[in-house]
Amino acid sequence: MLRFARLYDELDQTTRTSEKLAGLQSYFREAPPEDAAWGLYFLSGGRHKRAVSATVLRDSAAEASGYPAWLLGECYSAVGDFSETIALLLPEPSGTITPRPLHEVVEKWIQPLQKARDVEKRRMLPDIWSQLDSRQRFVFHKLISGTFRVGAARGLVVRALAAVAAEGGRTGGAVEIDAATMEHRVMGNWEPTAAGFLGLLQGRAVAEEGSGLYPFCLANQLNGPPETLGNVADYLIEHKWDGIRAQLIRRPSAEILVWSRGEELVTDRFPEAAAAGAMLESGTVLDGEILIWEDTSRVGQAADTGSPRPFAELQTRINRKPVPGTPSRKKNNGQLGLFGASDLAAPSAAATPIPFPGRGLVFMAYDVIEHAGGDVRPLPMSRRRELLEEIVRGAAARAAGSTWLPLRISPLVHVNTWGDAAAIRERSRESGVEGLMLKPRASVYGVGRARGSKDAGGGGWWKWKIDPYSVDAVLMYAQPGTGKRAGIYSDQTFGVWDESAPGARELVPFAKAYSGLTDEELREVDAYVRRNTLEKSGPVRMVKPELVFEIAFEGIQVSTRHRSGIAVRFPRIKAWRRDKKARDADTLETVRALLHASLARSSGVFRTAETGTGTEGHTP
Amino acid sequence: MPPPRDELLIPTDHGLWCAAGGFHIDPWKPVDRAVVTHAHSDHAVAGCGSYLCSPETAELLKAKFGPQTPVQPLQYSTPLAIGGVSLSLHPAGHILGSAQIRLQPTGAAAHAHGHAVWVVSGDYMARQGGGRGGGVGCAGASDEHAQTCRAFEPLRCEVFITESTFGLPIYRWRSHDEVMRDVNRWWTTNRAEGITSLLFGWALGKSQRILASLDDSIGPIAVHGALERFNEVYTRLGAKLPSILRSTSEQAKSLRGSGIVLAPPSADRSPWMRRFGDVSTAYATGWMQIRGTRRRRSAQRGFPLSDHSDWEGLLWAIEQTGASRVGVTHGYTEPLARWLREKGLESWIIPTRWEGEIAETGQGSSSAGEESPVAAGTERAADNGHEGSA
Repeated sequence: MLRFARLYDELDQTTRTSEKLAGLQSYFREAPPEDAAWGLYFLSGGRHKRAVSATVLRDSAAEASGYPAWLLGECYSAVGDFSETIALLLPEPSGTITPRPLHEVVEKWIQPLQKARDVEKRRMLPDIWSQLDSRQRFVFHKLISGTFRVGAARGLVVRALAAVAAEGGRTGGAVEIDAATMEHRVMGNWEPTAAGFLGLLQGRAVAEEGSGLYPFCLANQLNGPPETLGNVADYLIEHKWDGIRAQLIRRPSAEILVWSRGEELVTDRFPEAAAAGAMLESGTVLDGEILIWEDTSRVGQAADTGSPRPFAELQTRINRKPVPGTPSRKKNNGQLGLFGASDLAAPSAAATPIPFPGRGLVFMAYDVIEHAGGDVRPLPMSRRRELLEEIVRGAAARAAGSTWLPLRISPLVHVNTWGDAAAIRERSRESGVEGLMLKPRASVYGVGRARGSKDAGGGGWWKWKIDPYSVDAVLMYAQPGTGKRAGIYSDQTFGVWDESAPGARELVPFAKAYSGLTDEELREVDAYVRRNTLEKSGPVRMVKPELVFEIAFEGIQVSTRHRSGIAVRFPRIKAWRRDKKARDADTLETVRALLHASLARSSGVFRTAETGTGTEGHTP
Repeated sequence: MPPPRDELLIPTDHGLWCAAGGFHIDPWKPVDRAVVTHAHSDHAVAGCGSYLCSPETAELLKAKFGPQTPVQPLQYSTPLAIGGVSLSLHPAGHILGSAQIRLQPTGAAAHAHGHAVWVVSGDYMARQGGGRGGGVGCAGASDEHAQTCRAFEPLRCEVFITESTFGLPIYRWRSHDEVMRDVNRWWTTNRAEGITSLLFGWALGKSQRILASLDDSIGPIAVHGALERFNEVYTRLGAKLPSILRSTSEQAKSLRGSGIVLAPPSADRSPWMRRFGDVSTAYATGWMQIRGTRRRRSAQRGFPLSDHSDWEGLLWAIEQTGASRVGVTHGYTEPLARWLREKGLESWIIPTRWEGEIAETGQGSSSAGEESPVAAGTERAADNGHEGSA
């Protein structure tokens, strides 16, 4: 455990990739394999069932430290991390402590804690604490509370592991394993035992290898006028979907995989997308977007009708708990709702598929990367599009008779001039999309955000996004952030003017934002908050409403949970409007108007008959 | 529960005011007569008509504000009658010259305010078993030579005004020697890798305390220009500092890859750093106890080294005074006051410029609150006063 805790510190303390890589390599090289197995398991995002609830942990810590709950709460506000707060508060163990190997910590403490009843846990914890120093306790708390995250991307962990395999010192034979293959192994089924760990470092039969994943082709943002891109006829134009970018893979072995843009294997979280994969022939890789789609007209008949649901609906699926029994690989990004900070708690997860008829999850395909087991990335975009249409047609035929078609093709937007394209882009919001994608017909499927040269491949993809919504709002409340922003009043709530009551003008909170300020501005706002506090309630301070910020956000919805009746998506501070006084901020009425415009969008936008000029579907 | 208005000391928009003596204590705006606990900027403001303080603080104030600064030095433990009070200064263990101020009403004032003795701590570093013998000494150093100021001396009083910069139980200091071992080890490792070590800490107090404990057998030691005037005062008044280079471009050649350079946080990420080639950066402040602060500064290392009392130190000092009434200021005021109340003491919060509504809204780095661990490197923060930059 000491070695693992030290590694955690190393990864935490440096910002240099090379140092992180070196730290990981020496861990995988030197830790006893039965410990390295668990180390790798946790580092790669594998999680246990949470062994101890926040309440039990907090109460036990209060008892062991002798501090009342309110003081623990104050400490938590200052530290911004529950595991660390407790590690700092507990008395140091007396006398010398016997080092515990990581696998013992897992098998003798963590796993029994998972099974124990709460009263037993309360009995066990003080005994465990007496055998760990503060550094180890911190990591231990992260592990038992299900909040273990580490300052190294999984890609880096995988690279380190591949490097150790290439050295051969652990297994008696050097094996070259590329990163994607190693990632696939690590994400696959292996037991966190000495044998399981060593197995990852060994050579294997070719048939079981291959993650199937290709690097995603990324688009550059178009900021100027589209005319700078040349002739409109040289581009394939599509809508820019607001979903989860993913590759849908049917490997030669017929295995189905769904990889997200973050190179996270999400097959288990989107079984519908996996079902779409079952409709493909082996040796196929499609690039596309996972969306919630609404199509109430001709269910299952055509691939090109209906419209996307707001991203917020998809979000409940991202946070969804995986099927019990399967080990989760999802990184936990939710915060613990501790000490009354319940508004920080992760949103509740919807564990069941969306129950509405005519609404479901689809994989919206827009490119083909591998066809019949061959890499088709060098083919021009226009040719790949033909192939894609063929593939999706074939899949639809294979799925004939099913009630819902989870595989769709992103319809092309046909225009004659850039002006037409601009007009369609203007209507993006009504269509539930983020703008347009412009893809040179002659372009190859590029790697990353490469622009490519116009001669060889015709340049890269462009995204031509609509501008976000924006509203001027007044800073009303602030509370200390967590993690890197612990102790700084960085979690801010902004309000707009409610003028609905006759003669009264009152600020109502409308959005919470955590980012968008520079460090320098953040310090200024922090100082302002400290000096202009009107009222304190726990960690939250109500401040003199004077500062005005332009808040940008992507989506807007009705909400019963917020006093304003509105919830916005991905709010962030676009600019500090020092030029404005609080009275100049926007009104709730203005914001509601945005909401109504958003709700007014018709369903079935992509139906050929109703879309008017431009947007046109393809009937397979 | 603020005390009634006829108290010996009352908070005003200039700072604590003693009507019986006709002076302010640590005012944050210029006043006629100031009694100053120590020379950090958040306790000593320029432009006062006179400064009553310890002789060491007087020297430091002259170094900061100019040789004509109207200082009135007063030796530790020497009572001075001012109007209706008898005033004396006593070591606070924070930085060179730092003092607690003891006030005893006399004559008519005693009649009006009772005979209660008040002590204003200023910033202080206290620890159980403290004093010179207990492994703590001034600002935590056990080695006599490493001591750069007099150790905190507990005083008996009825009313104690305490700071609370680190007034939460998560703050629990390791010993000075232990942390300095880590500093020296970090420097050694950097040297072995051919990297220059840059250590950021407050120019006045913290830096001299570190300098006195650096192992000069490891390599050359240098300081940022902002530290020089304070080093001069420390050395003149008897502190044992190692031999120190200036961090000029010419000297940088001999420092590169092997030396350690001390600098104020405002120098972090400034062009000044370039002259040292490949560097490893670190911060020395009590806030480094918290992982979030370490990560926020993006420094490679953080050394939790403070000239303030930790939670246990505060509680110990308060207990030593025997005070039944404790005013809490400057830091985590609310938790500490509440804790004391729950222990049966009378305790209230004394507002400071650094927090609360009385503050002017002057913004930006020049006045960022001491209370805030924001600090983030480029400006003054929390741990100690910021003492200008090069």
